[in-house]
Amino acid sequence: MATTDVESATVPAARVRSRAARWASWRWSVVLAGLLLGLAVVAAVWPSLLTPIDPLRADPLQSNLPPSAQHWAGTDLQGRDLLARIVYGARYSLVIGLGAVLVSVLVGTVLGLLAGAGPSWLDQLISRAIDILCAFPSVLLALVFIAFTGPGVPNLILALGLGGIPSFARVVRSQVFVARTSGYAEQARTYAVPAWRIVLRHVLPNALGPLPILATLGLGGAIVGSSGLSFLGLGPQPPAAEWGLMLSDSRNYLRVAWWTGVFPGVALTAVVISATVVGRWLQRRYERRF
Amino acid sequence: MTRKVVQPTWSYHLEHRWLPAEAELVSVVSDSERDRRHRTWAVWRLIGLRLAQAVFVLWAAITVTFVAVHLMPGDTVSLLLGENRNDEVLRASTISRWGLDQPIWLQYLIYLRRIPSGDLGTSYTLRKPVGELIGELMAPTFQLAATALVCAILIGFLIAYATTGRTPLLRSIVNTLELVFLSAPPFWIGIVLLAVFSFKLGWFSVIDYTSWESLVLPVAAIALPMGFYLAQVLRDGIDRALEQPFSLTARTRGLTWGQVRSHHALRHAALPAISLIGLIAGGLLGGAVITETVFARPGLGQIAVSGVQVKDIPLILGIALVTTFAYVVASTAADLVGILLDPRLRAGQKA
Repeated sequence: MATTDVESATVPAARVRSRAARWASWRWSVVLAGLLLGLAVVAAVWPSLLTPIDPLRADPLQSNLPPSAQHWAGTDLQGRDLLARIVYGARYSLVIGLGAVLVSVLVGTVLGLLAGAGPSWLDQLISRAIDILCAFPSVLLALVFIAFTGPGVPNLILALGLGGIPSFARVVRSQVFVARTSGYAEQARTYAVPAWRIVLRHVLPNALGPLPILATLGLGGAIVGSSGLSFLGLGPQPPAAEWGLMLSDSRNYLRVAWWTGVFPGVALTAVVISATVVGRWLQRRYERRF
Repeated sequence: MTRKVVQPTWSYHLEHRWLPAEAELVSVVSDSERDRRHRTWAVWRLIGLRLAQAVFVLWAAITVTFVAVHLMPGDTVSLLLGENRNDEVLRASTISRWGLDQPIWLQYLIYLRRIPSGDLGTSYTLRKPVGELIGELMAPTFQLAATALVCAILIGFLIAYATTGRTPLLRSIVNTLELVFLSAPPFWIGIVLLAVFSFKLGWFSVIDYTSWESLVLPVAAIALPMGFYLAQVLRDGIDRALEQPFSLTARTRGLTWGQVRSHHALRHAALPAISLIGLIAGGLLGGAVITETVFARPGLGQIAVSGVQVKDIPLILGIALVTTFAYVVASTAADLVGILLDPRLRAGQKA
């Protein structure tokens, strides 16, 4: 207990200062997170810019070497350079993560718009369907989906996207409700603008406001989900340089080569934290507008 | 002082709550006898609605699996039999069991009768009834999940209590840890724990999976992220309660901040925490899948993963239905406890 006086609990000045301090510390973490995300994007688009080494070139003589000047993150069992594999792995994670979020956003927006602007029976139907989708834990939903469709990157994207649909659909639906009853929609109605035109020209653009934020926050979840399913062997197949797959390979050699189990996870966590920090920052800015 | 609660990235289904919408509609508080009776009725109505919702969701889950099986291109019998598709005897028994020679609506009715009675079909890879398999492997998974849940609740309450005291340093440390634990993939946390505590330090062996020693690391891998998530929700509630006038009143009566937090604020914060605990508990069986794989423990996760890899559809559907059932039961139970505990809901006041 640092302070016990009642005053400190209620004096607003202290709170204002602490909020400003927190805001300042937020900003440099946001810059750092943005840089990390930028680095991940560069690695995904142009990996040879960051490392000259081929991530698939095996060298049995260099098996399980610890981190050194030559191999900054060490090598794995087949003697492949771990850092190169991590750099090349960014492409899988970003593509799968972005793809999954895109699927969730697109399907979620269409469903939310239909539910929010359509007739009430359609709203009931869609809302109940979304409730059912929520009843399946998301790991399980993805597992069942892949059990039916088979492993592979496109199926992985769809499986993960499916789990993200409810949150987007619900947000769009409630935003559509707000926009539909707003002054500008009311005015358009008095000018006898047809309903479909009001929905597309006025309601939809206003309802999409919070989506980029939700998508950024959802990106982290999708990346974690994709690496988890790859870890189980349901995503890209070996010898692909994918972070979850690398972690899965590392499991049997942790005793002799801890670096194979640590560094891919560090990269993964760094990207996810960055997406979360940037997403929260966007959210804060969006909320401050009002 | 209120702040946004960060959702953990590993399970976005946790954010979808099924609170009955009626909770907000009941808003009159009055002391007359008629109103009191009305309020009791409103509570029972809430409970009834919540139960009906749970039954509906279970029915829907069963229906979805039925539709999924029949939407798959190709022959349904071959889909269910996998590698045994050319075995005539099995083929005939599967057709009669699923009623595949009947019209589709009758098949659906047969399925609806079969599933709740525990007959989940036969796994073709393991050549055993799915219900029996799940029954055998449920015990280790349940042991892991239950221990992890208890630990997560303890961790959550301890962290929340420790960080709501006026200790900014502790709080910022916990904030950072929180971000890491909620962002890192749970299986990687498991791998790091394994590398550090089992292989480097040699504290906990995970080889003999029946010993309590082997349970420590998997439990930690599940309980740490969940504990931090729970702590976040609890702390948010405590902070909000401490800003209420009653906290100041309690202080003027001579209670210390610690007592206010443990006697007054914690109770207020417990309600959202209870419904979160319900969701966490429900998701644990499904979430244990990956953790079990990391630590190579036998359990539902093991057969689920191998089932997906070889496309053992009856097995996968069985596991999906059982874990969904657990999820619905746990989240419903938590909501009912919430309704019964919250005097504001009970009194029919707007919460």
